[in-house]
Amino acid sequence: MNDLPEAFRHAAMLVATGDPGLVEIVLLSLRVSLTAVLLAALLGLPVGAAIAVAQFPGRRAVIVVLNAMMGLPPVVVGLVIYLLLSRSGPLGAFGILFTPAAMVVAQTMLILPIIAALSRQAIEDAWIEYQEQLRSLGAGRLSAAFTLLWDARFSLLTAVLAGFGRAAAEVGAVMIVGGNIDGVTRVMTTAIALETSKGDLPLALGLGVILIALVVALNAGAYLTKEIAQRRYG
Amino acid sequence: MRAPASILPLALESISFVAGGRAIVDAISCEIGAGARTIIVGPNGAGKSVLMRLCHGLLQPTTGRIVWRGAGTTPVGRRQAMVFQRPVMLRRSALANVEYALALHDVPYRGRRALAQTALERVGLAHLAGRPGRVMSGGEQQRLAIARAWALRPEVLFLDEPTASLDPTATREIEAAIAAIYATGTKIVMTTHNLGQARRLGDEILFLHQGRLVERAPAERFFTTPATVEAAAFIKGELPWT
Repeated sequence: MNDLPEAFRHAAMLVATGDPGLVEIVLLSLRVSLTAVLLAALLGLPVGAAIAVAQFPGRRAVIVVLNAMMGLPPVVVGLVIYLLLSRSGPLGAFGILFTPAAMVVAQTMLILPIIAALSRQAIEDAWIEYQEQLRSLGAGRLSAAFTLLWDARFSLLTAVLAGFGRAAAEVGAVMIVGGNIDGVTRVMTTAIALETSKGDLPLALGLGVILIALVVALNAGAYLTKEIAQRRYG
Repeated sequence: MRAPASILPLALESISFVAGGRAIVDAISCEIGAGARTIIVGPNGAGKSVLMRLCHGLLQPTTGRIVWRGAGTTPVGRRQAMVFQRPVMLRRSALANVEYALALHDVPYRGRRALAQTALERVGLAHLAGRPGRVMSGGEQQRLAIARAWALRPEVLFLDEPTASLDPTATREIEAAIAAIYATGTKIVMTTHNLGQARRLGDEILFLHQGRLVERAPAERFFTTPATVEAAAFIKGELPWT
């Protein structure tokens, strides 16, 4: 099994030469997953904050379901989005199946529960600490929710990163709704799956190394940001 | 900014607060008027903090009524402020913490900075305006909490054990800040278990014991000739350590 050293050499060569095919795949991966993270954060952070500070019947059940949905299988999400977006489906008129847009939709659905559930936990912890003070100052629940979203911003970074990690690493959802079309919807994970089944292990492993390096780099950057900011703001 | 008519006096009509089957506040009736600094004293677990939260509106009494007699139908939430034993600061500068409170009270954006700066000067924190609130020392945070409360120009300021976890220097600074706020005409209602502090700052004393209001007296008389056995025992037991 001499594939690993070979794979690293291959990956290094692909990166060093700036192989256009590789660059395209990496950029599409980043574009799809980062767009999905952005959308899921825009929706998930307020939803998490709202559940954290709101009181309503069935709140516990909602939290349990939300936490459980963090473990949604990507292929199932992909299948549901596929059915919704297919020609005969309710959203078929948009005609976005097998485009990057469909992949963004699927990944957004996949990571929305992760970001919402983790931010709900972070905001609720802050709410317990801040509640009396904010109420005393005259903040209603809505304005308290926005205050907490901003004040817990460094903890929420972790929630958003968890979402990105999941989106960048999953293969099932993008494979089903994207179709892994070369030059159109092929991303790192689907390319790895394809090259592996074709037997081109060095290329697959090379792509894997790049994927992991990207995720590690992003997490390291976020971690440092959080460290520095927390030292500064307490 | 001309202050509207007073919301005081504050009338407690036989209020009780029951939690876990125990009356933490037990049928307290009294009227707290404008002017004098009211200090609530009593041993730990007497119900001081809960009574203060009931007055401030953070808790609802299980039975009984709390009436701001001067308020009529106007909302009272914005005419009062509270400083907690452990202040909670937001992850932003000291100045921004005060501005945040002003924003919640609908002070227009243009006026906030100047008001916030004045409030910081008032408690001697002007030089730390840019420092993040949560990395300040305990004493600085408590002074910031007082500045934040004072910036809202409350008619009544509640303080719950504001110096309980502070060293003597910080305690002196807090007491000076409270005196300055009192001097601007704000009604002070404060709890403390520090009888020396109650003596220094108090005009009248409410003595709580096991959830009941046992004695109410002008400060001087309370400390020299307490009328109840409980108060006498409390003063005797506490004073040597203050």
